[in-house]
Amino acid sequence: MTSSSSTGGYKTVKSWKDWLPKDVSILMVLLGTVFIFEVLGWFIAEQSFIFNTQRLTIIILQMSIIGIIAIGVTQIIIMAGIDLSSGSALAFTGIVAASFAQTSEYTRAVYPALTDMPVLLPIIAGILVGFVLGGINGGLIGYAGIPPFIATLGMLVAARGLARWYTSGSQVSFFIDDYAILGSGIVPVIIFLTTAMAFHLLLRYTRYGRYTYAIGSNEQAARVAGINIRAHKLLVYTLAGGLYGLAAVVETSRTLTAQSGAGMLYELDAIAAVVIGGTSLMGGKGRITGTIIGVCILGVITSGFTFLGIGSFYTNIVKGIIIVAAVAADQYSNNKNANR
Amino acid sequence: MNNQDDIILRTENLTKRYGGVHALEEANFTLKKGEHVAIVGDNGAGKSTFVRQITGVEQPSSGDIFFEGQRVEFNSPLEAREAGIESVFQDLALCNDLDVPSNLFLGREELLFKFGPFSILDEKKMMQKAKEVLERTAIKIPNLSNHVGDMSGGQRQCVAISRSASFASKLIIMDEPTAALGVQETTQVENIIRGLKEQGVPLILISHNLRQVFNLVDKIWVFRRGRIVGEVIAAETDGNEIVSMITGMQDGVHEKASYI
Repeated sequence: MTSSSSTGGYKTVKSWKDWLPKDVSILMVLLGTVFIFEVLGWFIAEQSFIFNTQRLTIIILQMSIIGIIAIGVTQIIIMAGIDLSSGSALAFTGIVAASFAQTSEYTRAVYPALTDMPVLLPIIAGILVGFVLGGINGGLIGYAGIPPFIATLGMLVAARGLARWYTSGSQVSFFIDDYAILGSGIVPVIIFLTTAMAFHLLLRYTRYGRYTYAIGSNEQAARVAGINIRAHKLLVYTLAGGLYGLAAVVETSRTLTAQSGAGMLYELDAIAAVVIGGTSLMGGKGRITGTIIGVCILGVITSGFTFLGIGSFYTNIVKGIIIVAAVAADQYSNNKNANR
Repeated sequence: MNNQDDIILRTENLTKRYGGVHALEEANFTLKKGEHVAIVGDNGAGKSTFVRQITGVEQPSSGDIFFEGQRVEFNSPLEAREAGIESVFQDLALCNDLDVPSNLFLGREELLFKFGPFSILDEKKMMQKAKEVLERTAIKIPNLSNHVGDMSGGQRQCVAISRSASFASKLIIMDEPTAALGVQETTQVENIIRGLKEQGVPLILISHNLRQVFNLVDKIWVFRRGRIVGEVIAAETDGNEIVSMITGMQDGVHEKASYI
């Protein structure tokens, strides 16, 4: 299986491990998780866990929204940053988007003059507000030099406040039919996978991706190489914000209502999915494909616990353990590499 | 007097203060085209501070830098690079999670399609050029698509130096290029430096290794406590004289200096 050149020229040296796709180990974890729930399902509930169209649909729908957020978070973590504000950003962008998506049949719309608008308006509004929130994060981090943890923690609190302020705490619903479509059927999955594909290509084949990895790997080296670190951070956080806005559109459409309490703790689910998917919190390493699998693992666990009738507090305990375990595994492998 | 046309880099009263600390005091330095010089001095003598000013990493508190006869002000390393000043830094400025071509071309990628930050990379062309560059320097790196973090210190340093050497630069600055390397790797790096001399590329070498300095350069500049205390032709001096200039002590005191 091993081919190498004895002269030390430029022929490729590959071990059998290089032939496997990079995300195989995470995929095995996903299959293992599914398998465990499948076996438990037959023993405890006497039915199949995974071969159930309804359950599968729910898993996939839930995953799509966390997934869209997790794509934004993946590129941030690759750049050795962090974003705690995605859940709050989803609440605020969702409520803004929803306020432009109301039908004139409802007499107490947020903007009575702006009802029955084309569906593109709320979508663009949500994404634009997301850009602004992400841009503020990126500006604070890139230009003001505030650590990402602190800057986005501030945004976590502030965006939640904005969401309450926007409609004085009341929820927004009664949407036009076109808007409701965005969160129904297979549409969220299509939006998720399209976004994932776009960002996979961006990270893999463009200067944007190259600089994201370079900054995460060695910020000093990237600066010396002439990369505009500040502008790049601003751009990465801004694009992530736009994704939170997109996720908010899908979420509000799916639940048919927008409220200031939406997206609570989504930021942790997204970070968990990214870390489980093999992206290193140290920066420089990670892939969108891994995140997709990470999102699936989280979705399967959440759904599996519900399926087995285990309370949601247990789910949160297990999620917490998984996040810590994934980070520990990452640090262990980093140490092993460093000691080689 | 030097003919002005022969001079590629000159500094006039270059001074850098960090708060009350005078890291560099009125440095007057000249480098001729094609010349290889070394900067030596004890720790804290101002060598690295001097280099940081002329490579745009920091901006001098006062004084002027002239490059190719023009007064220049570099506000960033990028501006210095664009002017043709390449540097290999002490701390190995490589991205461990990127492969060899990505590191060689970082910040000046070959592009298939230009669209601001979303420009599409021409990976094939970069790989091809990387192979050519490394073949010229006779460095053995088995697989260029490995991450440089997985490579040996010597291979990494060779990548870093090749990066500087391969981009038609007008001046290369190396800060302790062999400090962390083994004997064989050091020889490889020294061969690359000799190759630069043949190509007529001027070089400023910062090194603690006086044997290496005497082997490689034409002229030695000695720094002490932030000041330039001497410029001597390498062929007209010896280790003892340099050591006494570095330490500021009389000849003979350091006859058995362990540095040599």
